[in-house]
Amino acid sequence: MADENPVKINYLAALTAGLWRENPTFRLLIGMCPPLAVTTAVKPALTMGLSVIFVLVCSNLAISLMRNLLRPHLRIIMFTLSIATFVTICDLYLRAFQPVMSEILGAYVPLIIVNCIIIFRAEACASKNNVWVSILDGIGTGTGFTIALCIIAGIREILASGSFFGIAVMPRGFVPWAAMQMPVGAFVTLGLLLGLASLLTTKRTS
Amino acid sequence: MDRVYILIMGFLSVVIVNNFVFTKFLGTCPYLGVSGRLDTAFGMGMAVTFVTAMSGIMTWLIDFYVLVPLGLEITRYICYIVVIAGAVQLVEMYVKKFFPSLNKSFGIFLPLISTNCVILGLCLFINIWGTDNLLEVAVLSTGTGFGFAVAICIMAAIREKLILVDVPDSFKGAPLTLITAGLLTLAFMGFTGMIR
Repeated sequence: MADENPVKINYLAALTAGLWRENPTFRLLIGMCPPLAVTTAVKPALTMGLSVIFVLVCSNLAISLMRNLLRPHLRIIMFTLSIATFVTICDLYLRAFQPVMSEILGAYVPLIIVNCIIIFRAEACASKNNVWVSILDGIGTGTGFTIALCIIAGIREILASGSFFGIAVMPRGFVPWAAMQMPVGAFVTLGLLLGLASLLTTKRTS
Repeated sequence: MDRVYILIMGFLSVVIVNNFVFTKFLGTCPYLGVSGRLDTAFGMGMAVTFVTAMSGIMTWLIDFYVLVPLGLEITRYICYIVVIAGAVQLVEMYVKKFFPSLNKSFGIFLPLISTNCVILGLCLFINIWGTDNLLEVAVLSTGTGFGFAVAICIMAAIREKLILVDVPDSFKGAPLTLITAGLLTLAFMGFTGMIR
């Protein structure tokens, strides 16, 4: 039982890596479309985050199961096809049970297929590791992504409409900052947050 | 004459007013990643224009003549992604054979065009808009790719100048690029509502 300890650490690391150290939005800068596009309010952002977690966990599971059958030149197409299948499932589910959210998110749900995060995790983790590590990695990375989405959406929703999750939080005299609802608000908010993130990490290392 | 007018307006609409990068945030990854130098950005823009035009037309044909008559809309996303991957493979082979120097400067970003959201986004939006004639689809697809090329070239030209600017260390690179992108979006917002 000497090798039990390293394995445990390995599982824990797979789960926590995506939260901050390899956070896809703030640290790796991949999959930048959803953080900009669906973050006008917290509710659609949360729906998007949960959809990404579902797709990421399922595709990591599927790819990890067939990792020994993959051929190098057909690898990417197999990844995209399995991702497209799970995104189709997710899209049909949202259309049936969350019609309002499906309407708001629109084309951004099928666009999860080309989200770099999922194909990156498939390539970097699921095609090399066993099933459990891949699932934990999917949960961790997806949660990190969802948290990032909710932070950006929270800032934008509070400043743009004075509410959080649809509930008014700002005092009465608050004047909504309309620019935060527009594309420019998305770019500038994310830019400032990235600057803050790199400020925090450089402080910690030095 | 009326049809020509509609086509020209559609083209201008997707290039300037409803530019996919500025209004729908599609293709943000290469927009931030490959915009370091103007010549690479231009090559990238042209490659994306070609792939967009081709896959836009082909997915519309497949959708209109195969999927809808057979009632197979459920496999739409899978069909789209296969068409796009095929088109990118074609471009990759062409560039490798005829422009070996360009191929070297693209590196990993060339095969990654297939995960560029602009292309799949366009195929989906053509579906949502309900465009029902091939000429219009061709014009809109080319225009969207062209709009991406315009956006990435403007960004690259600005970033070549930004290298010389003295900014706080933590804002160097991606944060500054994003804020620049925000200001560019603000500028392009001036066109909002001019067409459709």
